Amino acid sequence: MRMNTSDEDLAAAAASGDRAAFAALLERRYDALFALCFRLTGARAEAEDLTQDICLALPAKLARYESRARFTTWLYRVAVNAAHDRRRRRATHAKAAAGWGDWEIARQAEMAEAKVQADWLAATMAALPDELRDTLALTLGEELTHAEAAEVLGIAPGTVSWRLSEARRLLRALAPKEGTP
Amino acid sequence: MTDPLDDLRDAMRRATPAPDSARRAETLARAQESFDRLQESRPGPRPNPVRPGRWADIRNGAGMMLNTLSSRGALAATTALAACVLLVALPSLNLGPTSGPVPPRVPDGTEAMPASADDAAAPMVDAAPPPAPAPQSLAPSAERMSRGLALPPGAAAPKAMPGVVMAEPPALLAEPPVMLPEADTEAFANADPNPVKVAAEDPVSTFSIDTDTASWAVIRQSIMAGALPPKDAVRIEEMVNYFPYAYPAPEADAAFRPVVSLSETPWNPGTRLLRIGLQGALPAVADRPPLNLVFLIDTSGSMQGPDRLGLLVQSFRLMLSQLRPEDEVAIVTYAGSAGLVLPPTLAGERGRILAALDGLTAGGSTAGQDGLRQAYATAEEMAKDGEVSRILLATDGDFNVGPSDPEALKDYVAGKRESGTYLSVLGFGRGNLDDATMQALAQNGNGTAAYIDTLSEAQKVLVDQLTGALFPIADDVKVQVEFNPATVAEYRLIGYETRALLREDFNNDRVDAGEIGAGHQVTALYEVTPKGSPARLTDPLHFGTAPATSDSTDLAFLRLRWKAPGTAESRLSETAIPDTVTAPDDDARFAAAIAGFGQLLRGSAYLGNWGFGDAVALAQGATGEDPYGYRHEAVKLMRLAESMEH
Repeated sequence: MRMNTSDEDLAAAAASGDRAAFAALLERRYDALFALCFRLTGARAEAEDLTQDICLALPAKLARYESRARFTTWLYRVAVNAAHDRRRRRATHAKAAAGWGDWEIARQAEMAEAKVQADWLAATMAALPDELRDTLALTLGEELTHAEAAEVLGIAPGTVSWRLSEARRLLRALAPKEGTP
Repeated sequence: MTDPLDDLRDAMRRATPAPDSARRAETLARAQESFDRLQESRPGPRPNPVRPGRWADIRNGAGMMLNTLSSRGALAATTALAACVLLVALPSLNLGPTSGPVPPRVPDGTEAMPASADDAAAPMVDAAPPPAPAPQSLAPSAERMSRGLALPPGAAAPKAMPGVVMAEPPALLAEPPVMLPEADTEAFANADPNPVKVAAEDPVSTFSIDTDTASWAVIRQSIMAGALPPKDAVRIEEMVNYFPYAYPAPEADAAFRPVVSLSETPWNPGTRLLRIGLQGALPAVADRPPLNLVFLIDTSGSMQGPDRLGLLVQSFRLMLSQLRPEDEVAIVTYAGSAGLVLPPTLAGERGRILAALDGLTAGGSTAGQDGLRQAYATAEEMAKDGEVSRILLATDGDFNVGPSDPEALKDYVAGKRESGTYLSVLGFGRGNLDDATMQALAQNGNGTAAYIDTLSEAQKVLVDQLTGALFPIADDVKVQVEFNPATVAEYRLIGYETRALLREDFNNDRVDAGEIGAGHQVTALYEVTPKGSPARLTDPLHFGTAPATSDSTDLAFLRLRWKAPGTAESRLSETAIPDTVTAPDDDARFAAAIAGFGQLLRGSAYLGNWGFGDAVALAQGATGEDPYGYRHEAVKLMRLAESMEH
């Protein structure tokens, strides 16, 4: 069927009204989108909601998709922007960072073995500024190259590299306190 | 030491849960519904080239401004970017429940968004920048998004106000200085041209009046600088409404009077031009209530220069001479920090006011919202019963620093509208002019937007037509025209794209629309194709449409709704428009020439071979008395445009 059709072609077909193309595209990309949303928010419920927001708004947004861009790059960009919007609506950095904090509590309760890991991850993510967290979610979580992440974030590749070294520096600074595994 | 990022990567992978399958299925199903809904709201399998479905996610008038995100806009520098951020946020401003008037929705678009996603998705939808093609460095980064409140400047100013003192027709004061626009970071508000509608299928046309004139001044400035204006800067209704026409005055106690005429279309012998004019009452100048004016002046660094702050100070000096001793004036500036430069002062104390104006200097960046807040607070302090309070915001559009939520800024303006204070916007200087934002602010603040490029424009806006700009006589004026399918095959509204209203919003008093000021005139033109005309563009339906139940031979039926200023309930006036073609008078021919000129500048597909030369000839023969010289100036511009065409 459409197994071999590229994301870009499916997106173009969906934008011009092809129902099946839209369904196939979403089916194919939902899981990755959810994973990114989780990495951006750090909370499962939040990630589910964010993913849903994005999917429901996608039909209208597809009209503005141009096939010159890789579909996933475009989609991640939509996701990052949507995550920013959510954060902004929740107003403060403190609240935005709370996702990783809530998640930390939930994890603590359930996974004894992974506890140390989880604490470390949640505490670390919560300690980082928004833009570093977003950059890490894309480069580490999604394994985008610096250039791809830069495109998604709408910044220069050099800025991505700089942010990563900044994250490294912060992580090293945190390490003695948090206890790197 | 290992790379801490590797540890983080591993931890992140392990932490990421698998998606919940029930939730996944639900989301996919709802997304599909959303997709289907969007398709239904589209005109057909192929996007209608005239009003494409890409507007489907736009929900109100402010949303229209999104289309200013053209590729040109995307390529522009950071100011425009900041403007984009602001603009895209506009649609969501009015989404919340509100007890006041709601913004007009744009037809075609309302059903497109999944209702359930409104809350969460709507702002997001529009906040996403256009995808990859935009240069990376320009895309809104996270930092900019979070900081990007700044509204870019705008150029809008109160427009035409019939003069407090109409007695001496002022001469044009100066040749407009020719200034080349700087690096282009401008954003204009516009929408695709209105399509031809078939009367039998879609007989009703609804729009809000627009008494802004900013578009004409921007066009003039472009042409005088040697280039045809950007297409999106051309709003035909504002061009037509820039010029005074000799419409008969309304009867004694009526707020305004409609004037209707039907004549041949200059560019198409097979169609007719229907002109609907509204003439606002001009209450005796002596009876006008005292006026409270707050000048809110942008003194940011970008306002430096004779065409900006210099022109602004001169303009306000001109205006001062029109005020009465009992009127009150206050001056608030904003640049870095907002400040009350002149506390409320009686206009009689000219010396103090002039000294304050002369003391203004440009410097610093712009904190628009602080300035607005202070201006509204000052206006509320000055307000007494029966007085009219208005803020005149003068800016080049750099609203780029300050408490940063663009949504809050617009919400703020819309909220203050309820308090009875009007907000008008005067734009100065080109280059980073944010016409779109200024339009949005003035529309939300129940005011008008004008652009001041020369002292003679200041004369027109602030002196000759002061009364209209400052004294509203009818609020939320809506026009609805129902064409009679028995006599009309097709019709097309020329201009008013950014003012379109949904048919059902005509009767909804909570939907905001344009204001009309004392002595204001509003003109709307329809190109109408009579039944049986060879000029018809669409074929009649093979199986026909429901036969009309009326045997009327009228051309159309005109309905107007408006509210007396400060009241919540609208009144309705209805007039039949007879199907009688008359010879056009000077005013009708001149308005047609300007509408044709505007369509040429927008690259309209409806004009055939009719060109700038025809527009010049038509306008030249219709200048009439032209006491202020505006029409002669227009002819001059048309000639210049003709020479630039090739």
